Amino acid sequence: MNSNSVKKTHEPLFHIAKRNGMVWWKAWLIRGISVIISLLVCAVIIVSLTHQNPLEVYGAMIKGSFGTSRKFWAMLQNLAILLCISLAVTPAFKMKFWNLGAEGQVLFGGLCSMVLMFMVGDRIPNILLILAMLVASILGGIIWGLLPALFKAKWGTNESLFTLMMNYIAIQLVSFAIMVWVPSGSSVMGLVNSNTRAGWLPDLFGQKYLINILIVAVLTVVMFVYLRYSKHGYELSVVGESENTARYIGIDVKKVIIRTMILSGAICGLSGFLLVAGTNHTISKELAGGNGFTAIMVSWLAKFNPVMMVLTSLIVVFLQRGAGEIATKFNLNTSLADILTGIIIFFIIGCEFFINYKIMRTNSGKEGK
Amino acid sequence: MSTPAIELKNITKTFGSITANKNVCLTVNSGEILSLLGENGSGKTTLMNMISGIYFPDAGQIFIDGKEAVIRSPKDAFDYKIGMIHQHFKLVDIFTAAENVVLGLKEDGKYNIKEVEKKVAEISSRYGFEISPSKKIYEMSVSEKQTVEIIKVLYRGANILILDEPTAVLTPQETQKLFAVLRKMKEDGKAIVIITHKLHEVLDISDRVSVLRKGEYIGTLNTAETNEAELTEMMVGKKISLDINRSEPENCVDRLKVESLNCIDSDGVKVLSDISFTARGGEILGVAGIAGSGQKELLEAIAGLQKYDSGSIIYSDPKSGKDVNLKNKSPYQIKELGVRLSFVPEDRLGMGLVGNMDITDNMMLRSYRKGRGAFLKRNAPRELAKTIVKDLEVVTPSINTPIRRLSGGNVQKVLVGREISLSPSVLMTAYAVRGLDINSSYLIYNLLNSQKEKGVAVIFVGEDLDVLIDLCDKIMVLSSGAVTGIVDAKTTTKEELGRLMTKNSKGGADSEQ
Repeated sequence: MNSNSVKKTHEPLFHIAKRNGMVWWKAWLIRGISVIISLLVCAVIIVSLTHQNPLEVYGAMIKGSFGTSRKFWAMLQNLAILLCISLAVTPAFKMKFWNLGAEGQVLFGGLCSMVLMFMVGDRIPNILLILAMLVASILGGIIWGLLPALFKAKWGTNESLFTLMMNYIAIQLVSFAIMVWVPSGSSVMGLVNSNTRAGWLPDLFGQKYLINILIVAVLTVVMFVYLRYSKHGYELSVVGESENTARYIGIDVKKVIIRTMILSGAICGLSGFLLVAGTNHTISKELAGGNGFTAIMVSWLAKFNPVMMVLTSLIVVFLQRGAGEIATKFNLNTSLADILTGIIIFFIIGCEFFINYKIMRTNSGKEGK
Repeated sequence: MSTPAIELKNITKTFGSITANKNVCLTVNSGEILSLLGENGSGKTTLMNMISGIYFPDAGQIFIDGKEAVIRSPKDAFDYKIGMIHQHFKLVDIFTAAENVVLGLKEDGKYNIKEVEKKVAEISSRYGFEISPSKKIYEMSVSEKQTVEIIKVLYRGANILILDEPTAVLTPQETQKLFAVLRKMKEDGKAIVIITHKLHEVLDISDRVSVLRKGEYIGTLNTAETNEAELTEMMVGKKISLDINRSEPENCVDRLKVESLNCIDSDGVKVLSDISFTARGGEILGVAGIAGSGQKELLEAIAGLQKYDSGSIIYSDPKSGKDVNLKNKSPYQIKELGVRLSFVPEDRLGMGLVGNMDITDNMMLRSYRKGRGAFLKRNAPRELAKTIVKDLEVVTPSINTPIRRLSGGNVQKVLVGREISLSPSVLMTAYAVRGLDINSSYLIYNLLNSQKEKGVAVIFVGEDLDVLIDLCDKIMVLSSGAVTGIVDAKTTTKEELGRLMTKNSKGGADSEQ
């Protein structure tokens, strides 16, 4: 009776099981292999779509970051900015506060600097101007980060939507400022104070970006210590892991949310300052250039460890610069570069699955089949 | 007995490095009740889930009525006429009993709820269920919901019924009713497997009993020829004494006075009504009640996690002798007032501990504020972690292992160990031994007893009435958020407690509304 009513189905061939931790060198071996596979896949795509030699393309990618001294410093500068924004979003994300507004926080922080740089200009000593810009940017970033946190703490609003919307407000404010400041009606603002260099961060040892890089390096260490060894860092991890546990041990959850978003916003504001005073000396809607979102990926990939973030942001910046380089050198559409970047990052993230899980063959019912 | 209804041969199932079942062989005959006995984590539920199509075995064979079966989904299981009643019910709240019964069935012809109700009533009268087919699920008590689940599988023509810990949520009276129904089904020729870890139920209901230990099949006995001691030994692997050493309470002093506590939750439902009691130092006060009768809210109100509308909670400080009012204080304020209150909450990893942190950092939860400066001091918590791991025999690779990787019993040892290390004067525990093996359970009972002897006021919220009666000095019974009695544990009976547990409620719905 049963054999009639039940259709025999084949047993599943494989099943997935969670691994119980993995030795570090095996994990890195898997990561290494996945990068190699991603390069092979990219090679197939390069050959089939463009008929270029993939090795030459990869060589060009490396040259994009390490080709010349100028490119190398530019790469470090990009790295510093991306890392700085990643450090900014990390405490918020570790607390499970989905801050999608880093873009706007950076932009508004930068705008605050630019207001002083443009309007006050040479009227006060440069050192005072720069300090004032620094403070203004940090405050600007704090305001942009604090608003959603206050609403979340008080009324339980959704922080992802709130922070995301704040981005658009910042973009519009910048557009408005440029419209007011640039008399010709052009939407592009040229270098500000290019004669007097008022409000420009000075060169250090002849290197334009060295101050930026040093500030971010110090910040990385500070953030690492803050998250791992300070009481505040401990509190925000507990809130992120379980709000109930936090309440149970008497942590004031609202206070921690607000405090952490002040910190997150402040560092975003600092990034805006570094971009305006140290790098661009002008402002545009694309000041943050999507780094506010890329930073989220950098932070998660590094599992919120600031030291690891140096590595993950290096990978991202390297790929971005390499992509730009091959686009110009081989006269390719930038979309191809984006495809390659996407494939490589897909493999880097995807291999974490194989580090956390294993796939096993099902062996059952040898007899009677 | 010709061919067995179910025969399992060398079933193996692993999850990662954990072997849940290893070469398990088992037979169940038609017209018998088989108890599947084992401690928590011994693989009982996993084994039955493979019969009911939720998991697929890594190796081994399943024979149904003598023919090999491949069961890949609950639907396959149903085609083999196997029905499983899970611990957590899978019912749609706003549907009636009859609607839930036919839900998901693909029958030919028109959907006719009247016909279904008639058939449900027929099944009910045949086996002695008391249920109204048109009653909505949300109006039902836990035992009625369970009845619907059972009817659901019977309606689908199940000949093999598997019940996963069916008595865990029932009062003693409801348990007896369920057993009567099961006996009728047995007479009707059905094969019934009941998963349990309660020995007296095994002896009460089953014809045979199969024992699993740590995923391995230990043996099968005829129930009539065995006893509790033998079964325990099979379950645990060694002889174990099942007596809890209850000492006489000495020098009792009133420690915590709760008076006319009323609490309405965010949905506007009254969860605590007019609760008054006194917890005395040197005594264990048990709290009994059906799950969700206000136990959680009561403990959380005392701990400062639950706001309440009226009433007072007064703590008497053993050092100064002064009374401290805890009304609507936050946990931090309570601590700052010098109240030594320890709390082992029901949700261990979601409230008492942080699963992703290691043992040291979990120790620090209670003490990280100590010391000046902005930085953490991990030395003292690390020492405490080492001490607890050693004293309470916590099985862990190291004190740096994230706590979610530990087994349930070890997690609980860490939590209880930490709370006791605070040298409390009031110790509250909610379901302190849920999911723990017998050894760990007795370790916890002994810890609570030694706290009591030190003069701590222990509040023990429990679910196993036998344990409550053996461990506690007094037992307070909650029903629908109200106290229905405070009885002396030495003189009370399970029947009396069961009666008090349902005194206030009619069919599970709140009587006061």
